[in-house]
Amino acid sequence: MAVEGSLQCCPLAARAMLHVAAAVASNAAAGKAQARGLVVVAFDRSPEVYLDIMLRHGLDSNALSRCVRILDCYSDPLGWKQNIRSEQHQEDSGTPCSTNKDTITIFRSVKDVDKLSCSIIDLGRGFEGEGKTYFSVAVDSISSMLRHASVQSISGLLSNLRSHDQISSIFWLMHSDLHETKFSRAFECLSTMVACVEPEVVDSVYGEERRGDMSFLEHNYSKAKFHVRLKRRNGRVKHLYEELCVEGYDVKFISATSVSIEVNQSLLPKVQFNLELSEKERSDRANVVLPFEHQGKGEPIRIYDGRRSLPEAHQDPNLTTAALLDETEALKSANPKGEIHYLRDSDDERPDSDEDPDDDLDI
Amino acid sequence: VCCLRHATPAPRDRFASVDTHAHSPLRSMRLRTYVTYFLQLEAEMEEYGAGDLLSEAMCAGARVVVVEDCVEAPAAFVLHLLLKRALAAGGGGGGGAALLALAQPFSHYDRVLRKMGCNLSMHRKSERLHFFDLQGFPGGTQGGAIADSLAQLYSAVQRVVETCRAGENAGRFTVMIDDVSLLEVAANGSADDVLDFLHYCVTLTSEMNCSLVVLIHEDIYSSEDGVGLLAHLRYIADLVIKAAPLSTGLATDVHGQLSVVNKGMLIEQRPAKGQKVWSFHFKVKENGADFFYPGSRH
Repeated sequence: MAVEGSLQCCPLAARAMLHVAAAVASNAAAGKAQARGLVVVAFDRSPEVYLDIMLRHGLDSNALSRCVRILDCYSDPLGWKQNIRSEQHQEDSGTPCSTNKDTITIFRSVKDVDKLSCSIIDLGRGFEGEGKTYFSVAVDSISSMLRHASVQSISGLLSNLRSHDQISSIFWLMHSDLHETKFSRAFECLSTMVACVEPEVVDSVYGEERRGDMSFLEHNYSKAKFHVRLKRRNGRVKHLYEELCVEGYDVKFISATSVSIEVNQSLLPKVQFNLELSEKERSDRANVVLPFEHQGKGEPIRIYDGRRSLPEAHQDPNLTTAALLDETEALKSANPKGEIHYLRDSDDERPDSDEDPDDDLDI
Repeated sequence: VCCLRHATPAPRDRFASVDTHAHSPLRSMRLRTYVTYFLQLEAEMEEYGAGDLLSEAMCAGARVVVVEDCVEAPAAFVLHLLLKRALAAGGGGGGGAALLALAQPFSHYDRVLRKMGCNLSMHRKSERLHFFDLQGFPGGTQGGAIADSLAQLYSAVQRVVETCRAGENAGRFTVMIDDVSLLEVAANGSADDVLDFLHYCVTLTSEMNCSLVVLIHEDIYSSEDGVGLLAHLRYIADLVIKAAPLSTGLATDVHGQLSVVNKGMLIEQRPAKGQKVWSFHFKVKENGADFFYPGSRH
């Protein structure tokens, strides 16, 4: 999953990312997820920030040490501090907080993507569990990784992680303002789910000549639109819209009621004639009685087989329905040789449902 | 009395619901609201060390402060103010600063801050201020050695911060860079190396109770095609102070407008008033600067 944000609402994108990471970690700790643990590749924030957010999310320190591993690419990404220490002939003091020695591993060569990949997988393999243990990976953030390595190597890293048989899910944060559009798109293509954090108030001239008026930021830094695009296996794209609200340490997702975009309509091809139904047509369609459907009105079901005589048609009050008169009246009194009982699965199942039963197939 | 003179007339957004026609019951209510406001302000003055709009807008927990300016509205005065406050912080012990100066020599800062009531030479002698004269940075090295020079500069800064912390004063230390655009020039345009250096300075802020203040010239990057240093800095900043000229042009009483955006995510980085975005005017004086809401200058 790719979480994308832009400068106009960047703190919220980061909060959303931290929230997702904490949620995945707590699911792993509670045994609700396939993954047994979460590996956080931290570039932008100190590892203590992640641990703090997870503690506030409800994980206790025992669960943290069991289910969370942080690859610290924030404290000393290029090894400068280690060089300073070796020049001064000092002991390696390791991580600042000694109680978190197992949870936090410092990584010092972020330009070496292969080494990074190996470190992530090694940390993931360290989770305890019987049999094959799965783990999730969170990358915060891809934008910082792209400063040290090329797009190709990073996308190679992500592809390798994706195809690794022990990794159940990967999610990352990306700042769309910091890269060319084609690079953001390339990473979106790699992902099955893209969550865009969009500003509530869009100021198209932000950063340019609109000097001084930044009042819209006040709103944008507490609320944002959360738009999720989910790519299903059969190729269909599902959209979800929510509103993201940040108050202090709480991150709330509210399903947007005002967003009334009909997703189905967006799937119709754009042609010059009208493929949609009007209200009357919709209600007429709802009134159509399907053949073989048991109406339960007490009348015998009459199947129209295409042959009916004119006088019978005139007398028939149910002219518009599909249950037209049977041609031979003799058949009515005789014992029916065969019957068809049609029981619908559910009355409110819409014909164009989004749920594709073929989705369960794992070919 | 001093507080009253500073804030009349009251900013509109603070007292929006109060009737401005001074009927007597409302006038006493307004007086009471004024009194509570000023008592609060006084408390904050003690907390922040100064009673102006800028210190109100800047929340105390901001660790990475980015100051943006342009040719029409230079914001060097903001750096001078913050430097003065950093050196004055904590009274007896605590507080210290490191100034990485690429723009001006020491004599310039000494002269300017002396008029503001702060003796830089004395602070430099007593090792509360560590001055890095980087006008000749990196000094002869070329090519891939830029990264090494920056690494060495970082090592010097880290050493200074560590010695200060190890001493008896454990107050907030401030690392100030004037300015990052010149640092990029010194690095032969390599924004990546400068960003690496800045990243390491940012790690100092989380590990060693230190804050980072950098000045960057926003108009240099406005016409750039690619993503420059400015966009990256805006992302890492907890607090962005942007100086811009007035849209109406030059004026004698008002030198420009200042926007302060609190981007910090953590709870201790919330500003006291809860408001994240502040916008007001400023006038630069010999001994400091005045900050006031638009229209409240008489």
